[in-house]
Amino acid sequence: MSVEKTENQNEPADLEEAVAAAAAETTRSEAAKRIAETLSGVDPKVGIAKPDPILTATGVQRRFGGMTAVDVEHLEVQRGAITALIGPNGAGKTTFFNLLTGFDKPNQGTWEFEGRAITRTSAAKLARSGMVRTFQLTKALSRLTVLQNMLLAAPDNPGENLFGALIRPLWSGVEKRNTEKALGILERFNLHAKKDDFAGSLSGGQRKLLEMARALMTNPTMIMLDEPMAGVNPALVQSLLGHVQALRDDGMTVLFVEHDMHAVRHISDWVVVMAEGRIVAEGPPHSVMQDQAVVDAYLGAHHDTDLGDDALLDPAVLARLEAEEEKR
Amino acid sequence: MDELSRILIQALGQLIAPATAAYALAAIGLNLHFGYTGLLNIGQAGFMLMGAYGFAIATIEGAPFWLAFLIAAAAGALLGLILGIPTLKLRGDYLAIVTISAAEIIRFAGRSTLWAEYTGGASGLAGTAYKTTFQALSPLPDGRTAIGPFEYIHNGSDSWWTRIFAWGLVLVAVLLVWLITRSPWGRVLKGIREDEDAVRALGKNVFSYKMQALILGGMAGSLAGMLFVLPISVSPDNMGRTLTFFVWTVMLLGGAATLWGPVLGSMLFFFVYMLVRTGMRSGLADVMPTQNVEYLAGLLVGVALMCIVIFRPQGILGNKKELAFDVR
Repeated sequence: MSVEKTENQNEPADLEEAVAAAAAETTRSEAAKRIAETLSGVDPKVGIAKPDPILTATGVQRRFGGMTAVDVEHLEVQRGAITALIGPNGAGKTTFFNLLTGFDKPNQGTWEFEGRAITRTSAAKLARSGMVRTFQLTKALSRLTVLQNMLLAAPDNPGENLFGALIRPLWSGVEKRNTEKALGILERFNLHAKKDDFAGSLSGGQRKLLEMARALMTNPTMIMLDEPMAGVNPALVQSLLGHVQALRDDGMTVLFVEHDMHAVRHISDWVVVMAEGRIVAEGPPHSVMQDQAVVDAYLGAHHDTDLGDDALLDPAVLARLEAEEEKR
Repeated sequence: MDELSRILIQALGQLIAPATAAYALAAIGLNLHFGYTGLLNIGQAGFMLMGAYGFAIATIEGAPFWLAFLIAAAAGALLGLILGIPTLKLRGDYLAIVTISAAEIIRFAGRSTLWAEYTGGASGLAGTAYKTTFQALSPLPDGRTAIGPFEYIHNGSDSWWTRIFAWGLVLVAVLLVWLITRSPWGRVLKGIREDEDAVRALGKNVFSYKMQALILGGMAGSLAGMLFVLPISVSPDNMGRTLTFFVWTVMLLGGAATLWGPVLGSMLFFFVYMLVRTGMRSGLADVMPTQNVEYLAGLLVGVALMCIVIFRPQGILGNKKELAFDVR
């Protein structure tokens, strides 16, 4: 019975996938198609130059004592694309992310954002120049309301100057425009009804949404998401993925760190794989997951598992894989 | 019965006493630090001592009242700047350590013989040496007035004029705090209190905001120090750690991050404190000597502070809802 079932499962699975792929093809946005076409001409090799890079990093090293956490020779991130940064735990993804966003200082290396050197730029200044980030452990400002969270993120408010703050007419107009904009974004993220609630009262998934919505208030050109799907229930993952794609379709560049292969396979235009601090592979999502270096780095014992297999979403399967990994 | 009304009137007098106003103003400054920005300043007495010395020494050296007033404020700002530059980039705990030791350093510097020519050493500065310019400012004619149970002379140390001036200054401070905390500037402070990395990621210069808050609160503290010594004398040992802990109790009792909390907290605290002390002094006269009553009252203040923090951390005016989430 069980043998028969496995056999039966194979065929419909392929069929389903084909149907899903076809459906995805038709629903793919213009922006996604354009990016896919541009990137199809790029040779999937580590450190390869992109046609229109928004972010370029060269020779970046970060050492903690004797341990080299990050050692990236060269990386270019294509403008307007969704680039996923993946790798096993301890690969240095988040450290690299913190370096790029100004939250950590490298031992050596240079990088440029929109053609400007940003190696020693502070995190705040970087955010003002259009590169905004979110955090793996969501940072909702708990004792501020959802709307206040949003308004806080708006740039260039004269009321944020101590002396400007004393004179309300100086900032009430800006505040009103920002509120309208914030309500628009909240509407899109389905947080409209929660606008007057304390951010601390939101659920984990809603906080992820709020953090993304808040980041949009800064008018970013590039948005860096640190594990946007971590700790979010599967029902919300789909809507989060939709939001990330919408960011690209609105012309923003997205770079995100993620463990969820499902998410990576379905929305990214380009995948960068890190292991032990280095970039071991990069390329379009479907081909990079079959790359031998990636399989070695990522899977260890499970060479035969498709990284993008939806079965990995099943907690039972995951638990079994983890148990096997531990026994090893 | 006579005894009881005497005790009650004495306690009621504390509601409008100049010292109560001084504590209220110091707590307003501390509230700006801790309540709104989350800065742990455990040396508010140091700021107060700077203001007291600044005002008294400037006046003795011949400065007119308002110049001495500005010097007192500037002394607090300077101390904030000096303490803030090395510590505000570090984690919050460092500011706590630095402020508590700075307060002690200032006290010891004041009571040492090194600058005794200016500071008067351990015996401090006599009130008569620096009060004349302040008392000359009084628009009131000489005489006495009784309002209800309160009867004071018009001019002099323990006078209506000292009370009017002290509480006037407190009201101005409350107005200023109201203006700046309802503004976008105040929102950034609250954001920093919740999570400074999140605010940094949104493009705000967190260091600059923390410095502004530290300096403003420090100026409130140093002006409170001036109010504190106007009716008495400058004596460094009066303004040590105990003073700091009283200011903390006052602020937490009223409610951190509330507008009127420090004022209400100060009035209530000194009303009850006086009631307990005079009550015990007459009630326990046969049981223990007066000096022990003081120690017992101090002990009760400590217990009260602990009880507030454990059972009502939001204080009297605080919003219970804000504490529903685990912030740190």
